[in-house]
Amino acid sequence: MRAEAKLGFILLLSPLVVWLSLLILIPHIDMLLVSLRERVGVGEYRISLANYLTFINEPLYLRTFIRTAMMSILATTITLLIAFPVSYYIAKIARGRVQSALFLLCLVPFWVSELVRTFGWMILLRETGIISNLLQALGLVDGPVELLYNDAAIMVGLVYTSMLFMVVPLVTTLESLPDEVIEAGYDLGGNGISVLREIIIPHATPGIVSGCIVVFMLSLGNYLTPIMLGGKDSLWFTELIYSQFIVRFNWELGAAFGFLLLGLSSFIVWGMLKLTGQSLEKTMG
Amino acid sequence: MQPDLECVNLTRRFGDTVAVDNVSFEVPRGSFFSILGPSGCGKTTIMRMIAGFLEPSAGDILIRGGSVIDTPPNKRPVNMVFQHLALFPMMNIADNIGYGLRRAGMPRAEIATKVEQALERIGLPGIGERKINELSGGQKQRVAIARCMVLEPDVLLLDEPLGALDLKLRERMKVELKALQAAFDTTFVYITHDQSEALVMSDDIAVMNEGRFEQVGSGQDLYYRPDTAFVAGFVGDTNRWAGRIERTEGDGIELRTDSGMLMRGAAHGRVLSAGDRAEIFVRPEAIRIAHSAEELSHFDNQMTGRVGSILFNGAASRIIVQDSSGNGEIEVNLPQSGEFSTLTRGSEVQIGWSGAQGNCFAAAVS
Repeated sequence: MRAEAKLGFILLLSPLVVWLSLLILIPHIDMLLVSLRERVGVGEYRISLANYLTFINEPLYLRTFIRTAMMSILATTITLLIAFPVSYYIAKIARGRVQSALFLLCLVPFWVSELVRTFGWMILLRETGIISNLLQALGLVDGPVELLYNDAAIMVGLVYTSMLFMVVPLVTTLESLPDEVIEAGYDLGGNGISVLREIIIPHATPGIVSGCIVVFMLSLGNYLTPIMLGGKDSLWFTELIYSQFIVRFNWELGAAFGFLLLGLSSFIVWGMLKLTGQSLEKTMG
Repeated sequence: MQPDLECVNLTRRFGDTVAVDNVSFEVPRGSFFSILGPSGCGKTTIMRMIAGFLEPSAGDILIRGGSVIDTPPNKRPVNMVFQHLALFPMMNIADNIGYGLRRAGMPRAEIATKVEQALERIGLPGIGERKINELSGGQKQRVAIARCMVLEPDVLLLDEPLGALDLKLRERMKVELKALQAAFDTTFVYITHDQSEALVMSDDIAVMNEGRFEQVGSGQDLYYRPDTAFVAGFVGDTNRWAGRIERTEGDGIELRTDSGMLMRGAAHGRVLSAGDRAEIFVRPEAIRIAHSAEELSHFDNQMTGRVGSILFNGAASRIIVQDSSGNGEIEVNLPQSGEFSTLTRGSEVQIGWSGAQGNCFAAAVS
């Protein structure tokens, strides 16, 4: 009986194990190995840290790396600042049909692909786009203005793309906070700010952290939005990885970049959890 | 002396429905005042208006003589113990109790002393560092009260705080709440739908129904001298019959119930005349039970009946007597002496009660 149960367990688990190992584990191990080798001749390789040294010695790579991290953190912060009041309104102030309608409105943009959504922003922001034309029509500017291809445009795109992933966990945690507790906060002499600081935010911390982790990862690993909205002037680290693999066919360096990005995101997520005193189980479970 | 809390013509409408309809009352300093009513009668609305979470549509609320209508909830000298207590789960017990003091800007050291004093007061010294979810239901209750009491409010509002507790604990907390009220010497306004909570703890009780106060008085007043049919039916257990008045004689009346029983009752000053539809209320403990009719000869209501069923419930055991002449049913308390413990279903019993115990009210026009 026990042996049978064990067999059943193994059988049930095997698709997951196959999936994890084939698509995640094995490629990553291979990537790691690729990143640690150096080409010394035609078809000749040796193990070295040369690729990682290239990264450190080339300011473009290093600066793009740091820029990507900073921009992602900024995008996460802006997303949080916008999503928190929105989520609070959906979870605590809106009632019944309005509540579900608002939640649905957050969801609707995600029914089309990211590509289409980004094109939408391009239509709005480009030189011949709606906003530029509107500003001209109102007489606020003399000629066409180019709003695309700068950091602000990337930021808008990133925040827009990740909004839902912040709103969902926030709404869930805020909904679990009883109205009574907020009222008690006021009743005992708290004002809006202190209730927010001492009651609502501590309660919502797991949701805030899990939303931030997801949004940060999405921003850091985003490829489409920075390319399309940022153009040539705004490099994103994923673009570097892409060009190493596809344009320069330098898989070794690309793999090294990939691992650096993985290390960076893991490090920042770990730092965020430590900073807020949360654990991964608490925020993701 | 000036009352701690005074409500004047308090009214609250939600759209077309009137939740609280022109209610006025005052609560003297240091007393335990209860608002008792079925759910949906508007008692929570009153509470929320006093606390400041709802604005009255009309009327005024005065605390120690000053109107608080324009004062936001965080500035009112009232605090509230919520139905589910609403302790802050993100803080430990000491921080929970100290929350209001921190908001008032008291220095840290002073807060710590006050919190420790409060914990001692509620009989839980030294648990300040514990988490909220480590406490039992009764302990949470006491912490919730302490959290309000450290702020020394003029009035403490309690919104059915015992509702979530189990029966045994609820019984104990009733006594404890009353003791805490005496210890803190603060005015408590307590709302509940549980009449026994209100009767045990309160100095004064207001019985509320459909947005109005039916009667305000002590527990004894409500129980023995109800002003309205609603109070008579809501407070305490009672037999209730509807019928038509056949004869009046001074304060006494004779009423024929719809089930055919003839009984004498008292109007207690209410205007009732022959031919009126009326309701009569007789408490089960007011009815005496006997083996022979002679023992009951001094009662003006006497009946012979059969035991329909026996509802054993320890000291509160009852029987339901089937009236032999009609098909009425009468609930009667069994005496605790045990002399009727041999009664079985179908045995014949004599019952009787004094007409003064039968409270008559004009039936609601329907």
